[in-house]
Amino acid sequence: MSAPAATVAALAKGLAAGEYSSVELTRAYLERIAAAQPALNAFVTITGESALAAAAAADAARAKGQVGRLAGVPIAHKDIFCTEGVLTTCGSKMLANFVSPYDATVVAGLRDAGTVMLGKLNMDEFAMGSSNETSFFGPVHNPWDTKMVPGGSSGGSAAAVAARIVPAATATDTGGSIRQPAALCGVTGIKPTYGRCSRYGMIAFASSLDQAGLITVSAEDAALLLGPMSGFDPRDSTSVERAVPDYTATLADSLEGLTIGLVKEFFDKGLDARNEQRIRDAIAVFEKLGARVREVSCPNLPLSVPTYYVVAPAECSSNLARFDGVRFGHRCESPKNLLDLYCRSRGEGFGAEVKRRIMTGTYVLSAGYYDAYYLKAQRVRQLISADFARAFDSCDLLFGPTSPTPAFPIGAKFDDPITMYLNDIYTIGANLAGLPGMSIPCGFVDGLPVGLQIVGPHFSESRMLNAAHRYQQETDWHLRVPAAFA
Amino acid sequence: MSLSRADIENIARLARLELTEAEIPVYVDSLSKIFAFVGELDRAPTGDIAPMAHPLPGLAQRLRADEVSEANRRDTYQKNAPQVEAGLYLVPKVIE
Repeated sequence: MSAPAATVAALAKGLAAGEYSSVELTRAYLERIAAAQPALNAFVTITGESALAAAAAADAARAKGQVGRLAGVPIAHKDIFCTEGVLTTCGSKMLANFVSPYDATVVAGLRDAGTVMLGKLNMDEFAMGSSNETSFFGPVHNPWDTKMVPGGSSGGSAAAVAARIVPAATATDTGGSIRQPAALCGVTGIKPTYGRCSRYGMIAFASSLDQAGLITVSAEDAALLLGPMSGFDPRDSTSVERAVPDYTATLADSLEGLTIGLVKEFFDKGLDARNEQRIRDAIAVFEKLGARVREVSCPNLPLSVPTYYVVAPAECSSNLARFDGVRFGHRCESPKNLLDLYCRSRGEGFGAEVKRRIMTGTYVLSAGYYDAYYLKAQRVRQLISADFARAFDSCDLLFGPTSPTPAFPIGAKFDDPITMYLNDIYTIGANLAGLPGMSIPCGFVDGLPVGLQIVGPHFSESRMLNAAHRYQQETDWHLRVPAAFA
Repeated sequence: MSLSRADIENIARLARLELTEAEIPVYVDSLSKIFAFVGELDRAPTGDIAPMAHPLPGLAQRLRADEVSEANRRDTYQKNAPQVEAGLYLVPKVIE
């Protein structure tokens, strides 16, 4: 069995045809994970024993007959998703000892579909970061060049899929945390519409922006896995009551007549000219496939980063108030009194970037500043959302770059928060407007991958996956594997 | 916009975060930069635009009936607690 070339679709076929068992497959991936861990640091926890047990159960179910098409396919979860009986750290010292008492709905959905969990993937602490350098468990390294960042916050998910040490991984996206690392690692990433996947059991960062999604080799793999993790969940009050389509059914549809909008503001002076060329080359492929291209403008989009850095920290400061050193998580030694217990447990348990965001949020929500910052940002958010709605009046999908540059060296931007925040300049808009977004590999600059971003109207995941799949039938960027992991 | 050391100490107190002496100047600098950066929003022409209340148009927060839906799993949850006794979470003495 050759793991590197395998997609979820190919593995599912191989399992169904009896070419290998899930136990054999799982063992092969566990070996690849162990071999790559020193170089990549992609995993926080490897659940080898329970993975082999789940694989054996999948094989037994298959021997008895009826199993779903994903039965026995190994995957891994970002360590932001609660997994019953398994360490769930969210990349933080605060939760370094937290064994979740329950499963996230997304985790349960994928398990019920028969997938086998290989372990929990490294990430920026509480998903706050764009380089995976804020993790308490150390940075993740980009498999294309281990001196480079993999992007973040889902850096472990992207690096693991890029190195083919897992076939696919869950991830989350609050401001670009699926799409940006997918771009920097040369893999496919999808952030569905806000409310499409349940947030229950997904550790909260900014609740009006957070959304679960996937990092995979191909759009077809994303289509296979997205169904079981989507749908209405009464346990998440923002979960949307809406039927889940079969995302695989429309993958091969024609792109004839599809109207692609190129967002003028995405092609700004911050975009590396070589990245831009790769994006333009990709758009030419879509034109060959029958799509029409027009330019559109979203004039308020350049305000998306400052808007985000009010809204997201405000929500983070509220959500992270739950970490008090009393019920779970880190507690300081010998607290003098209750206030000392709170302040020292939080001061010691949170890392520098998380504290920065909590304080930013605390300030914008504090007496006298709420209207000037939070309400103002929520008004601008409405303008950004209206810009997108207008663009979708004349376009089916919007295209642009996922990130301004390819991966940058570990340490290069770590000390300057504004420079780091601007990595997400093209991705944040979709979160603010609750729109689905994807990143797909579309070439290389200096040996490092470049991602094409696709943004669609609410609940247009089928159309986005269809467009991405047709592009991937014409190109092989998504099948390239870093030499060190081939 | 520029924040002072006293501002940072006040924000940290509100956020229940103890900062080390070395951390304070770092946050004075970086939060000042962040607020200068987000100050760009002042120029946005928001007029009488309503603040966004839900990312999906027309949807509002769903409410549920006020009914017990979950079983009591106290003992399971308390396995993660730093200090418990007789089913209670222990904290330093609050009332003398």
